[in-house]
Amino acid sequence: MIQYLIRRLLYAVPLLIGVNLLTFLLFFVVNSPDDMARMQLGQKHVTQEAVEKWKHERGYDLPLFWNDKAQGAAHLGQTIFYQKSVNLMLFRFGQSDTGRNIVNDIQERMWPSLAISVPSAIFGVTVNISLALLVVFFRRTYLEFWSMVLCVILMSISSLFYIIGGQFVIAKLLQLVPISGYSDGLGAIKFIILPILIGVVSGIGSGVRWYRAIFLEEAEKDYVRTARAKGLSDVQVLFRHVLRNALIPILTGVVVLIPFLFMGSLLTESFFSIPGLGSYTIDAINRQDFAIVRSMVYLGSVLYVVGLLLTDISYTLADPRVRLS
Amino acid sequence: MRYWGSWVMVWLLSALTGCGGEPWNSPYQAGEAGANTLYSSFSEQPKHLDPALSYNVNELQLITQIYEPPLQYHFLKQPYTLIPAAAELPEITYRDEQERPLPKDADEALIAYSDYEIRLIPGIRYQPHPAFVKTADGGFLYHDLRADQLKHIRGIGDFPQTDARELSAEDYVNQIKRLVHPKIHSPVAELMKQYIVGLDELEKTLAQAYAKQPAGYFDLRPYPLAGAQVLDQYRYRIRIKGKYPQFRFWLAMTFFAPVPWEAERFYSQAGLIEKNISLDWFPVGSGPYLMQENNPNRRMVLQRNPNFHGEFYPTEAPAEDRAAGLLADAGKAVPFIDRVVYILEKETIPYWNKFLQGYYDASGVSSDSFDQAIQFSQRGEAELTPDMRAKDVRLETAITPSVYYMGFNMLDPVVGGYSESRRKLRLAISIAIDYEEFISIFLNGRGIPAQGVLAPGLFGYSNDASGINPYVYEWDGQKPRRKSLDVAKRLMVEAGYPDGRDAAGGQPLVLYLDASSGGADDKSLFNWYRKQYAKLGIQLVIRTTDYNRFQQKIRDGNAQIYVWGWHADYPDPENFFFLLHGANAKVGKGGENASNYQNPEFDRLYEKMRNMDDTPERMALIAQLQEIARHDAPWVFAFHPQDFALHHGWYSNLKPTTMAYNNMKFRKLDPARRAAARAQWNQPVVWPLWLGLVLLVALVAPAWWTYRRRMAEKVL
Repeated sequence: MIQYLIRRLLYAVPLLIGVNLLTFLLFFVVNSPDDMARMQLGQKHVTQEAVEKWKHERGYDLPLFWNDKAQGAAHLGQTIFYQKSVNLMLFRFGQSDTGRNIVNDIQERMWPSLAISVPSAIFGVTVNISLALLVVFFRRTYLEFWSMVLCVILMSISSLFYIIGGQFVIAKLLQLVPISGYSDGLGAIKFIILPILIGVVSGIGSGVRWYRAIFLEEAEKDYVRTARAKGLSDVQVLFRHVLRNALIPILTGVVVLIPFLFMGSLLTESFFSIPGLGSYTIDAINRQDFAIVRSMVYLGSVLYVVGLLLTDISYTLADPRVRLS
Repeated sequence: MRYWGSWVMVWLLSALTGCGGEPWNSPYQAGEAGANTLYSSFSEQPKHLDPALSYNVNELQLITQIYEPPLQYHFLKQPYTLIPAAAELPEITYRDEQERPLPKDADEALIAYSDYEIRLIPGIRYQPHPAFVKTADGGFLYHDLRADQLKHIRGIGDFPQTDARELSAEDYVNQIKRLVHPKIHSPVAELMKQYIVGLDELEKTLAQAYAKQPAGYFDLRPYPLAGAQVLDQYRYRIRIKGKYPQFRFWLAMTFFAPVPWEAERFYSQAGLIEKNISLDWFPVGSGPYLMQENNPNRRMVLQRNPNFHGEFYPTEAPAEDRAAGLLADAGKAVPFIDRVVYILEKETIPYWNKFLQGYYDASGVSSDSFDQAIQFSQRGEAELTPDMRAKDVRLETAITPSVYYMGFNMLDPVVGGYSESRRKLRLAISIAIDYEEFISIFLNGRGIPAQGVLAPGLFGYSNDASGINPYVYEWDGQKPRRKSLDVAKRLMVEAGYPDGRDAAGGQPLVLYLDASSGGADDKSLFNWYRKQYAKLGIQLVIRTTDYNRFQQKIRDGNAQIYVWGWHADYPDPENFFFLLHGANAKVGKGGENASNYQNPEFDRLYEKMRNMDDTPERMALIAQLQEIARHDAPWVFAFHPQDFALHHGWYSNLKPTTMAYNNMKFRKLDPARRAAARAQWNQPVVWPLWLGLVLLVALVAPAWWTYRRRMAEKVL
């Protein structure tokens, strides 16, 4: 397994370089270094000299990929791409274009994101699996039919509606929790209840349908019939056998998401004023802050690779027959 | 075990409700309800809080409460009037080439230099700050922080000791030098280099010296600046090239506020920069407030500066402000509010709802909430809806010193140029575009149609019959009325485009409007533009692109028609008319004249007017400039936006002003009244939860019953 993990990690290197290259290309297709400088320097009284000075100080006055004026390896080395990529690959994110330390900002902003996303994910998966098992348990009854109708309705509603509707009903009409905001420590509880609740409820429709499909497939298999024939109750069959055998597809969907819990949710964090990472990248794109954009995209790619690895490892835990080689 | 459970329940409830008897939905900590704290918000984190860099409104709203430039605007007087802040009004001496003094009324041509001698008010001290703390041997305690000292530092408030010192003339001179600091890209550096003697040379000297020194603190004190010299502890002199009376307005901006060298030295430490503790985020000033907490990802907190030298609420005001009760606190010491909390609120809907719950003291009026807050009377005046009046919400409105316009690129062969036919085409379009309708549809009535280049409230602006644009409007005895479409159509015929077709070839006239967006929200706006042009038979093609490309097109002169606006830097007509000054054209000169308008007569009058004092002669020149601009019509004068702001009745002394931002010190709260209103408006409604529980049981019961029946069937 160790060899497998090392091999997978080595595969990740060209993948991350590719992602970095793609981010670089996409960003500079839309924004030139001049645009970035003008965005940072403001709209008034900006001269070309000031733009050139800003670019020079941040190394944006170099060619993008190939430096004709340089010699030897410096053809590649004296370029924006190389200069900006080397530190990135070593997780030295440096400073944003407004001068803030990016690692510091990420460390600060990831905790509020985690405060929302971890409970939402745990409660969401628990509720969805429980409801899906119940639906399977009551299959071929009116409950299953109306549950599915309800699920289709729930999954057809946009997440924005859940957020605004939830804020309107629970925070504005019933006045049970604050509409938005955040606080450190225990004070955060009253702020995160509503976004977590909305996160869980908004995921029920699609989640229950998906888990139900997995469980139904398992429920029709021979070992289930055998278990029943041996006299096990439906509850025992579902929770002890069906759930366990359905873990592989469940893990595929769940474990890969774990690293992304750090990245937060743009909509939820915007509407609830949660100072997390969800809006960090979008704000940076709007401000044309390339330092943050490339750092966050790179971090996202690394987390994705880690997520896939964790999924593979989790297979071996869920099913001893699986061997990573 | 039983006790443990009870404690957990109590703990959870405390965390949920704040444990202070406050409403459940209060977003603030327990015990804050009665505090003299103002709650405001920000939707976008400020880029800079360094006084050499900050230029955006959201930045100025913060740092103008902290830094004290020499001058400030009078809180109530209109037109805008400069008064002392940290210094007395400057004494200005004009000098000739040989530096000999000239009389005040000297011919501008003879004036080679203007000396502004500024005398500080003695005794002003900086806020308490760790940068000033000295050791017994005279060194600075925190200027060379060790790793073990830095370990527990997360914000500027984590330093156990603070100190202060009196501000001096050297601090002001230091800040002027900072405008050309090699690491600081001040947005006004290029402009100031044109005026302050020696600043250009200093920039080059500093760049060379900086390149030679290792990273870290760069001490500006050893580098002299001819245009800014310390005369003694309380006096300094700024020397300006020629005559530039508008410079006095710059002295009311934070670009000219003092920055102590100790602060720069302190913040230059790498360990602090890594923790985002820098002068750009934690200002050091002498104003009424200091920055207690700055987490631009979440909230920023201003706290009353215990060292503030003291200032008093104004005792003079125009009659309407007197009637509005704005002199109720005349002569009292300011600031009134102890603490100001700015909270990150990215979306308008939650912000608006929290305002209605009393958790924000003031709010703007977004389009989402406009109908809920504002209605128009039969006379067309904006007023509050009954719901808002019932909550004792107040409305403040103010026309901003801004102008929005639809510009024609004068270099364009179709709409540009100075021939009579092109001019008439532009005038016809000016008449056809109904900006009254635009203001009604797209701005909810928040604006007034522009009659010329100047914004209201500035010297030279007139809102009577003499102030209308006679080429587009008629005076109906009470107000301007847009000329009829027939006039525009007649102009089209004279321009050679009857019914929007070329009189010679018969081809339809197709014009291109370049715009910087193209989202779904803009579709109705673009359709409206097309409709306006279609009134004259002109086909309008909208070319949308991102803002970067749009700016590039304008810079290169590739746009034909565009829409843009300008917000004044300072309240002087020069700051508007320069937008049409030939030397300031975008193409070739990189200026702000985006229409690339060139009219020698306009340029001559502008150059004569710009450095004059506000005299009747200057007024006459402004009228001539307006006339030329209206006649040539390089712009369709669109509108001046009007700000609408709401505030609760417990929040007072609000006078909307869009030029001066340091007014927090005059504002006042009644925390007891606010706490009572919050408690009354935010009673939790619990019964729907019980109803939900009953429904849940009703939903689960049949399932349970089915399960039991199924199990029974199996057993049988």
